[in-house]
Amino acid sequence: MDHADTAHVKPSDALAKSLFETTGISVFDCFQCRKCTNGCPATFAMDIFPDQVIRLVQLGQEQRVLNCSTIWVCSACETCTTRCPNGVDIAGVMDFLKERAVAAGIKIPQSRTYAFHRSFLNDIRRRGRIFEGRLMMDYMIRSGELGRKLRHNDMGPDMRMGISMLKKGRMPLLPKGIKDKQEIKKILP
Amino acid sequence: MKISYYPGCSLEGTASDYEASIRSVCAALDIDLVELPDWSCCGATAAHSINRKAAIELAGRNVAIAEKQALDMMVPCPLCFNRLKTAEKVLTGPTKDKYRYVLSGDKIKIIDIVNFLSREKILHQIHSKLVTPLAPLKAVCYYGCQSSRPPEITGAKDYENPMGMDRILKTLGASPIQWSFKTDCCGASHILPRQDVAFTMIEKLYKGAIEAKADCFVVSCQMCQLNLDAYQARINKEMGTDYYLPVLYITELIGMAIGQAEYTNWFGRHFVDPSRMLTDCGLA
Repeated sequence: MDHADTAHVKPSDALAKSLFETTGISVFDCFQCRKCTNGCPATFAMDIFPDQVIRLVQLGQEQRVLNCSTIWVCSACETCTTRCPNGVDIAGVMDFLKERAVAAGIKIPQSRTYAFHRSFLNDIRRRGRIFEGRLMMDYMIRSGELGRKLRHNDMGPDMRMGISMLKKGRMPLLPKGIKDKQEIKKILP
Repeated sequence: MKISYYPGCSLEGTASDYEASIRSVCAALDIDLVELPDWSCCGATAAHSINRKAAIELAGRNVAIAEKQALDMMVPCPLCFNRLKTAEKVLTGPTKDKYRYVLSGDKIKIIDIVNFLSREKILHQIHSKLVTPLAPLKAVCYYGCQSSRPPEITGAKDYENPMGMDRILKTLGASPIQWSFKTDCCGASHILPRQDVAFTMIEKLYKGAIEAKADCFVVSCQMCQLNLDAYQARINKEMGTDYYLPVLYITELIGMAIGQAEYTNWFGRHFVDPSRMLTDCGLA
């Protein structure tokens, strides 16, 4: 048998161990039945499939999973986690890997999705509750979407949506905050 | 009856129609909603995606307040419900010492709005107040993800084929159509950063509803409502389709059926105006 084209992988359980210690999820319970991938509604936009993410974590292929788009394309609908016959919380693995990718300083392949999460947490930090108008603005600037849409003269749909929301009384002009903002600062320094 | 109420951030904003219908319907059913004192954001998708600890603590803070309030807590937003339940589980589980909040875990119940409103006792109450039976309504109930999955968190028994809203609609005199997409994902917050992904997922739901011969969706999730309703015109334009599928909250329909005149105001805040559909089926 010719092994010339075979990629040699040296398995390591370091990543799986760290996952287990942080979340209690054991990827070694997975026997690769692919039920997660077959039920996933977002595979059409993924670069590798959910079962492959789990397999790569089993093998300790950290760079490959931390750099993939899939973990950011996952919409956290929890279908995979619900249907896994071995009780592997696949969506929980996706979350763990996203947080780890950020900590590792990886250039996030889905930068707008990451920008949205950061804008969201920032808005919670401001007053303890989300104020959707401010969140939108923060996201548009942080993600670079504002600049891109202005350059392409493509602000129309967003502007029309905002104006409709205002007219329909679904976009308050002033935010509501909580009293105990100090407590939120302790959770999100 | 008295129940604690955690509205969640979007019910103060883009889902003000939902909030208004919940308050109005609960008042009519003698349900006293006691808003959770100084409640804060549950952390939503952002927190559990990139900050696990904050996700548990942001939601946990609210559960701790609710335990002090000592009332069962009703939650309309399925994602808030899911996050609060997750925090409750983690903060009473083996890793609880890692976090800021201490919970007892058995003082109160956190209840999803559909689960609450579809209790036998409340269904009887709704039935006794019925003035406009919704028999002509051809609707599919769309539940989305977070109130059902995963069942270890939500406690849902019928998580692959939920029936709560179907039961409420039957009580209102309608015959909800059974279909295969009740718990498929609407794309949720992808609607901003990956609109292409969300649009594909939403269009699949439109197609499923049309195949089921439905005229409208009935929902209890304001994120699903926003995605299916506010972007329908844009999806039609981009995909060359002509869907007309109003997206109605279950509480709006309860209000309408028990004779609350405000329902026209709630429907007026939607993007897809339901009035044509209601006129066509003889309900307006």
